[in-house]
Amino acid sequence: MAAAPTLTNEEIGAALRLRLAGFVRSLRDSGFKVGLAETQDALRLLQTPAVRKSHTLKRAFRSLFCGRVSDWKVFDELFDAYWAGKGVKSGVKVSGSSSKKSMKTIRELMDAQGSRQNTIAGDVERQPGEEDEDTDDSPSGRREGASIADNLGQVDFRKMQDPEATAKAHELAERLARSMRVRLTRRDKQKRKGPRLDLRKTIRHSIAHGGTPIELIRKGPRQRQLRLVILLDASGSMNNYTAVFTRFVHGMLDNFREAEAFLFHTRLVHVSSALSERDAARALDRMGLMAQGVGGGTKIGEALAEFNRWHAARVIHSRTCVLILSDGYDTGAPDALGEEMAKLRRRCKRIVWLNPLIGWQGYEPTAGGMQAALPHVDLFAPAHNLDSLAALEPYLASL
Amino acid sequence: MTKTREQLAKALSETGYVADDGLATALLLTEMLNRPLLLEGEAGVGKTEVAKALAKLEDTELIRLQCYEGLDRSDAIYEWNYQRQLLAIKAREGTGAAAEQVEEAVFSEKYLLERPLLAAIRQEKPPVLLIDEVDRADEEFEAFLLEILSDYQVSIPELGTVEATSIPRVVLTSNGTRELSDALRRRCLYHYVDYPTPDREARILLARIDGLDAALALQIAELMGKLRKEDLAKVPGVAETIDWAAALLGLGTKNLHESRELVFDTLACVLKTREDRSRVTQEVTDRLLGKVA
Repeated sequence: MAAAPTLTNEEIGAALRLRLAGFVRSLRDSGFKVGLAETQDALRLLQTPAVRKSHTLKRAFRSLFCGRVSDWKVFDELFDAYWAGKGVKSGVKVSGSSSKKSMKTIRELMDAQGSRQNTIAGDVERQPGEEDEDTDDSPSGRREGASIADNLGQVDFRKMQDPEATAKAHELAERLARSMRVRLTRRDKQKRKGPRLDLRKTIRHSIAHGGTPIELIRKGPRQRQLRLVILLDASGSMNNYTAVFTRFVHGMLDNFREAEAFLFHTRLVHVSSALSERDAARALDRMGLMAQGVGGGTKIGEALAEFNRWHAARVIHSRTCVLILSDGYDTGAPDALGEEMAKLRRRCKRIVWLNPLIGWQGYEPTAGGMQAALPHVDLFAPAHNLDSLAALEPYLASL
Repeated sequence: MTKTREQLAKALSETGYVADDGLATALLLTEMLNRPLLLEGEAGVGKTEVAKALAKLEDTELIRLQCYEGLDRSDAIYEWNYQRQLLAIKAREGTGAAAEQVEEAVFSEKYLLERPLLAAIRQEKPPVLLIDEVDRADEEFEAFLLEILSDYQVSIPELGTVEATSIPRVVLTSNGTRELSDALRRRCLYHYVDYPTPDREARILLARIDGLDAALALQIAELMGKLRKEDLAKVPGVAETIDWAAALLGLGTKNLHESRELVFDTLACVLKTREDRSRVTQEVTDRLLGKVA
């Protein structure tokens, strides 16, 4: 192993160090997770003659600073922009980067206005500890118990006019989905103490007592995590809700290791792979590409038939809850829908049907399709505002 | 530091692994900065092969830890040999040995079962430690993996702390089925392994298959490049290309254009789902072949 060459600051020109600090700053603003250790290693690389050639340096920095595919894809652009001497400002907008992230950057810039007019020089003066805090507090958010602002919780999604409120609601929907998952898994772990004796561990603990099993170690069945399969209706009649539901589904999928998502209108599309992208804006873009024809009519029965025929065996196991997000307006035959629902019901643990229309005053599930499906549904619940989505958690937790 | 990137790439290609510049740089850095290397990429692009080639290159042992859901300490780091311990206790029962003595005896090296992570840090010569498909393991596993990767020591409550006698070169691979923690990503160098360019893939074929004609190798590699751009459910990896090239060679193909039907019939080597097989018809194959020189 090569020993770390001791680093004296004089060895690298002060100007170069400033430039490097600026570069790291611009990477952070573009969502890279870069800590102090990486910056130090980068300085070491700059000292190594073999790496210092710009061609190698780019690749070396790329390996060092990137943490995921999305970083990898934009790194070259950022590197060229910064080091090709164009003096790019902090928080360069990368094609394909999310509006959410760039909004954060703008906010950050505004917060620090004045002291950071001169970006590169300003960066270096910031305290390192402070910077780490900053990067950790990413928009992906660790504040689980997101309290939903009262005024937004009650509002029907379709009545939200203000784009800002809509964006906020979308974000909340996603955060809600995330926090639900964290709580759900926590409960799962606590259940693991079970009735059966773990003989191996008991014997192992008995050794200290000369072979007498005083401490009894128990084990429960290793419970399989609840798997969620989400079927999202993206037909024209759901227009007002599709956007917020996709964000909700994205939040679920991002974190539920055991989750699959399908989107249907006149046909069924498996969208899990698109939604596994962490960045919401990019995930939705990719999903949009996959799900061409959104906003047309609905054939729930046919979509379900396709699901049962091709996907059910693969994605459904005994601890699966199927979540259908649909208004139940179906242009297909109601009987076919009922039949497919019955088939689906036999396979999975629960079917939850979330219908945004339930939130409307005086709504009765009289539509033919809905009538046919209802006998097979375990929970028929509203989903027209954030509160109703949040109400889903206790039910899922009890499964 | 003794090697340059070019030397490393050359040495790697002698072991049968054709690396691109980026990967060679990344491997060089793992040695310089003493950080693990995280390789991500689609299935079948040769992530695992990197570790194997590295071990061959360094002429050292490859210690492999295949991750799976539920992998825990006792499978990854160490476990006590309970059966032997019990026997030892029984055997001492009549001798009147003090409880402390017995305890000390049964919690000694002799009764310790090394698992890959512990074995890797206790080698004489630094081995290559391959932690394969780390995304399949649970999040808890990541936590103690991080601990080992940062300190290179293992604490065993009954025995004390085991310090590393040599620091392994660590290669982690991930297929991206689960998001890895930022802490782990930050600890590692990162390289995204993409499908090889036709030129590189042809060189891989030549390195792996004896008696393959260079022109045919390039044809196959180009056709694979085109095929991967089709809308497939399971995009074929490099291993599939190698299989396919071997199959074509075995069936006596000299030139893909002259044996169009054979090309179509042997696609079973590379297309492995029903949808893909039905999507790539003879017409599609011909169209793709048309684009190949």
